[in-house]
Amino acid sequence: MKILVPFFAVIALVLLAVIGTAANLHFLFGAVIPYAALFIFIFGVIYRVLKWAKSPVPFCIPTTCGQQKSLPWIKQNKLENPSGTLHVIGRMALEVLTFRSLFRNIKGELRDGSKFVYGSDKWLWLGGIAFHYAFLIVLLRHIRLFAEPTPAYLYILEAFDGFLQIGIPRLFATGVVLLAAAAFLFLRRIYVPQVRYISLAADYFPLFLIMGIAATGIIMRYFFKTDIVGVKELAMGLVGFNPVIPKSVGSIFYVHLLLVSALFAYFPFSKLMHMGGVFLSPTRNMVANSREFRHVNPWNYPVKVHTYEEYEEDFREKMKMAEIPVEKE
Amino acid sequence: MYNGGKILIGIIVFLLFAAFPFYNNIGKVSAKPEPKLNTPVIQQLAEKKCVEPKDFMKAEHMQMLNDWRDSAIREGKRTYINSEGKPFYISLQNTCMNCHSNKKEFCDKCHTYAAVKPYCWTCHIEPKEKRS
Repeated sequence: MKILVPFFAVIALVLLAVIGTAANLHFLFGAVIPYAALFIFIFGVIYRVLKWAKSPVPFCIPTTCGQQKSLPWIKQNKLENPSGTLHVIGRMALEVLTFRSLFRNIKGELRDGSKFVYGSDKWLWLGGIAFHYAFLIVLLRHIRLFAEPTPAYLYILEAFDGFLQIGIPRLFATGVVLLAAAAFLFLRRIYVPQVRYISLAADYFPLFLIMGIAATGIIMRYFFKTDIVGVKELAMGLVGFNPVIPKSVGSIFYVHLLLVSALFAYFPFSKLMHMGGVFLSPTRNMVANSREFRHVNPWNYPVKVHTYEEYEEDFREKMKMAEIPVEKE
Repeated sequence: MYNGGKILIGIIVFLLFAAFPFYNNIGKVSAKPEPKLNTPVIQQLAEKKCVEPKDFMKAEHMQMLNDWRDSAIREGKRTYINSEGKPFYISLQNTCMNCHSNKKEFCDKCHTYAAVKPYCWTCHIEPKEKRS
């Protein structure tokens, strides 16, 4: 169920685009839905981030696994135990760009029936980093459809991406890596029993969606070629707020576009928000200076206290009579 | 809101990336490319037809050129029979470019628009044309 429902949801989206183009709803699928999706994406992401920013961080909870700043002759581990903003920036950069905490992933398993051993497990990190970087480059390559004249750096990017010169149009390595990595991450969810147990429909849906996007993109480029000039005309119309619907663009393009729109619109409501969330994780972005400074819980309110001085003030005479020593006569 | 300044910087960076295609195109006008077919050789043709039908050529010309290269260079076969059974001599410079002698006004029009850099001209010599 958890796999089939999102699978058929993606199939339904594909069929919806096919039926929509057959019913001549090109303007709806080529302009209205993409605009709406982008609107939801941008404002949804900002809304989520602002909502997160409203929650206070009650405790100083950076995770550390290195020597804290201490006496001058003890070497501090600045990345694992940051004591300043610069250290935190370095730590965050490595986290965001190289998925450092995922690299530390370990796996426990029973050996010989009774021995429980831990070992390094880099497959998730490898699949994750391949997936994210391939997706980033694929996304950047699409700028060629949104910028006229195409910026020069995109030619360099494409030259590297297609340097294998396999076939015509040249095979882009990132397209293959993206699809393969997404397929790997999907198979991992199915084949590893523990991961399968904790996987929800919300985990499978983005994977199916992205696999669908990559597959339709690859089909359009290498197999049933779509009219790329028409596609750019449409894209340029969209970014210029002057949408045009070229007749030469086939329905496979609208399937691709609807899946992308679905991904964008779904983004702010889903786990994909880890794009913004990674920057807001307190275990990574806080300075480990709990011994230097007191971290005050922001939602602390002033508490009414009755100090000993006030207590003595109230009961001094009675205390003296009972021969209890007082601080002030 | 906590850490308002940092959150604001983050949101601005996000907007700069997300809205890039929109502000990048402000004030720019782009027209759909119109490849020109008015070379002297094409104008003298009795029947203005390419090797294969136009729609096929538009979508598959790169694949066809690739197949032609393999057939001519690797197998030594220099004859192509099209879907109507007509034979053609397999050669980019003597067959294709004979009619489409206007690379700048024909090939480059769409290729530049769609940011495609074909590697035909790493081996073949580009036709020398006057810049128009």
